[in-house]
Amino acid sequence: MTTPTSDQTTGWIMVLPALACVAVFSLYPAMDSFVLSLYRLYVTLPGLEASFIGFGNYEQLFQDPVAHQAFLTTLGFVLLSTTFEILLGTGIALVIHERFKGRGWVRGAVLIPWAIPTVVASQMWRFLANDQYGAINFVLFGDRVNAYIPWLADPWTAFGVIVMVDVWKTSSFAGLLVLAGLQVIPDGIYDAARIDGATAWQRFWHITLPLLKPALLAALLFRTIDAFRVFDLVFVMTQGGPGDATQVIQFYGYKTLFTEGRVGYGTTISVTVFVATLLLSLLYLLTVGSKLLERERT
Amino acid sequence: MRKTFPERTALITGMLLAVLGSLLPCLWFVLTSLKSQIQVEAIPPHWWPDGSLAFYRSALIDHQLLNYVWNSAIVASSTTAIALVIATPAAYALARLRLTGTPWILGGLLCVAMFPHIVIAGPVWQILERLGGLNTHWGLVLPYVALTLPLAVWILATFFKELPPELEEAARIDGCTAWQALYKVILPLAAPGLFTAAILTFIYAWNEFFFALLILTDPAQQTLPVGIALFQGEFTMPWGEIAAASVIATTPLIIVVLLCQRGIISGLSAGAVKE
Repeated sequence: MTTPTSDQTTGWIMVLPALACVAVFSLYPAMDSFVLSLYRLYVTLPGLEASFIGFGNYEQLFQDPVAHQAFLTTLGFVLLSTTFEILLGTGIALVIHERFKGRGWVRGAVLIPWAIPTVVASQMWRFLANDQYGAINFVLFGDRVNAYIPWLADPWTAFGVIVMVDVWKTSSFAGLLVLAGLQVIPDGIYDAARIDGATAWQRFWHITLPLLKPALLAALLFRTIDAFRVFDLVFVMTQGGPGDATQVIQFYGYKTLFTEGRVGYGTTISVTVFVATLLLSLLYLLTVGSKLLERERT
Repeated sequence: MRKTFPERTALITGMLLAVLGSLLPCLWFVLTSLKSQIQVEAIPPHWWPDGSLAFYRSALIDHQLLNYVWNSAIVASSTTAIALVIATPAAYALARLRLTGTPWILGGLLCVAMFPHIVIAGPVWQILERLGGLNTHWGLVLPYVALTLPLAVWILATFFKELPPELEEAARIDGCTAWQALYKVILPLAAPGLFTAAILTFIYAWNEFFFALLILTDPAQQTLPVGIALFQGEFTMPWGEIAAASVIATTPLIIVVLLCQRGIISGLSAGAVKE
């Protein structure tokens, strides 16, 4: 069936409002941020005119030790949390893919951490990790009150708690993406392998895992990009502390931009985060995306 | 085929771990919300609450929680309604009308959905300041619509593509325009897809914190996540009230998730692996 030209026109009219909305509130702002990052601009000093300084803010960013620390913290957070999320998510997916009585309820239950607001999850874990009234200390040490650990007051444990809460909250989302990959593997392959005497582990390692690769990579990409913009968790649980131990880059950008009003430098940080995620997505599209396309052609 | 004994043991263990790991931390917060102030501050903690509703009373009356619930309900439902009205025709055109450049539009939308929020936050704030949209609900709904559109379009387009084309082709041959085909033939069939997109959009808008924090600085306008994040007591952290407020903010979501897990699961994977 060929498409009449009137359909093309109608089609564009149908798409246009959505595109316009995205253009005004996402595309234009992203570009505007880039322009702003080329200026020296403070909202707190209205008397001072914005002055064009080229890549001056970027030079400053390269020499800013706090920014370096924030980038490293973010990178560590992204690496650790996505690794655990993919591992746990795969486990969750394998479980909820099986057929058993009450599967719907199990699926619903594991989705609950994903569904509750991040702010609520953060407050909840902040209380669970509380140094005096928290359940974590109680489970670990019981009545031995002197052994209670102030989890969020120590740089290393605070970082660990942030990673753990992110893993708790989003593993099921990673699991859903993996589940979608499991669902397209035909059952017949497993039955054949079973008849040939393959153990469950062999079936997983030699059949499931290779066929699951695209889904795993998709989950990895989605989680990586999302973990890069972690904010709510840090805002509620630690405010970047203790010291700068949990100051992730989006939180540093937020403070610079909105608390200190350093618009030029703040947008420079945000644009750098943006470019980093964009490069990651491109890398993904070039490696995984092209392979997926090839597979579809054959 | 029947499962062997070790396979069944592994499945049951995994299932228990996943369910308990997901629910036990939440249960602790629910129990906390039902305690008395003395119990919350007991060292070492108590497991079981006395069953006091004092924290709910305090959260609702002293901290005006219903006001936050109301703000969140308005923002989330307007976002959902507007996003769906805009996304439905777009998704239909992309799924069915063979627009030139369709893969680019779909890919571009996915790309935009991945933007780190902080890179758009500053300029969005400036746009809203110029329009007078700061500290208003519509000022928050506008960016929310833009942020949820990509996912809504993807879910709906994936869903429309799976509908059989025959009915619609028959309607078109009988002289229906593309709009009529969409509203008379596709929409009645697409109710489950619309429902899924609506749930996910609603959950997003109900839970979103970053933009809400920036745009709504007036406590009278703030949504639940902002309220819960900025909850302050006079001298100590009001853990009991925070727990009670969290339970109130989350219960509707949990009911929706338990009832609609099927739709949510298919919708969330629409943008990722299918296609």
